[in-house]
Amino acid sequence: MGLMSKLGFSHLFNRIFRKKVSRIGIYGPPNAGKTTLANRIVRDFTGDAMGPVSPVPHETRRVRRREGVQIESNGSKVKLDVVDTPGLATKIDFHDFMAFGMTEDEAKRRAKEATEGVIEAVKWLDDLDGVILVMDATEDPYTQVNVTVIGNMEARKLPLLIVANKIDLPTASPARIHSAFPQHPMVPISALAGQNMDMLYDKIADRFG
Amino acid sequence: MEGIQLDLLSEDMLESMTPMEKIRHILDEVRNGKILVVEKGLTPNEQTKLIEMTMTEISPEDFSGIEIESYPVKQNYTIFNRFFGKNTVKTRLTVIGPANQLKTIKKDRDLISALVSSRS
Ligand SMILES: Nc1nc2c(ncn2[C@@H]2O[C@H](COP(=O)(O)OP(=O)(O)OP(=O)(O)O)[C@@H](O)[C@H]2O)c(=O)[nH]1
Ligand SMILES: [Mg+2]
Repeated sequence: MGLMSKLGFSHLFNRIFRKKVSRIGIYGPPNAGKTTLANRIVRDFTGDAMGPVSPVPHETRRVRRREGVQIESNGSKVKLDVVDTPGLATKIDFHDFMAFGMTEDEAKRRAKEATEGVIEAVKWLDDLDGVILVMDATEDPYTQVNVTVIGNMEARKLPLLIVANKIDLPTASPARIHSAFPQHPMVPISALAGQNMDMLYDKIADRFG
Repeated sequence: MEGIQLDLLSEDMLESMTPMEKIRHILDEVRNGKILVVEKGLTPNEQTKLIEMTMTEISPEDFSGIEIESYPVKQNYTIFNRFFGKNTVKTRLTVIGPANQLKTIKKDRDLISALVSSRS
């Protein structure tokens, strides 16, 4: 299988005529650690942060974009627009937020904003050069959200990098993620502890450069 | 007899519908409490459309969304198809139901196991 059959023509085209900046979306289910990862990437290369992080799902409810983040690893450089997206879901129940101590009104407002955030995240899929799909490695990888993101990137012939996050936790299993989607490259990391970040930057430069 | 209605949607039935018709049909049925088993599933593009439509219909007390499970799509990697830009993604069996009645228990590459309950 050649490069062309694997990634498609547009990717090959971009490789030859090096587009200056690649716009990369960070996708995944709520709570996977997308913003934690975006913060770490942006902090490592620019010094500041991207957005708030929380154990309550649907913390990010608006897409945020950080332009021109220059990533360097082992001599190769790549310039990215980093797009942090709201967690994708097929269901949102405001009662789940009340379990975190929110009032009914707060919970309903958060649920409404969360539904809008999901729509915004889905619409952004049309305007990207590649995706980092973040999964919580302690959870079952065979979810509709993962299947949908991967299917969309394959259909668009755009590069995808899977991140198996939270490997600092004892029940994490990056191997399970790899066996679920063996056709895509995967990097096991802890965005929180900063584990394996160099390995991730190498892969990012390789995949999206 | 009280119970939960299960509809098995054949590939032929869905093939005669446009993407929006499919999604409208699926959401209407699910909102009426039905569980749908879709023979060939939805394309990635239809999956994102279904997610978007589901989000616009969620409302507190009334509808909290859907549970949907399918298998990863299979790709047809021939150079010929790639060259002519053919979309050869092979979609697969999919189960869809109301989030408050259908719970996925276990899922792996080749098996979906789900629990169906009556309206809560
Ligand atoms: N143990 C551990 N926890 C993590 C890691 N990365 C993120 N978390 C925690 O997971 C929770 C969710 O993190 P976020 O970065 O807000 O997750 P998100 O994917 O942006 O979530 P949404 O914006 O709600 O979609 C927070 O409590 C984080 O501290 C990790 O590598 N290890
Ligand atoms: Mg976030």
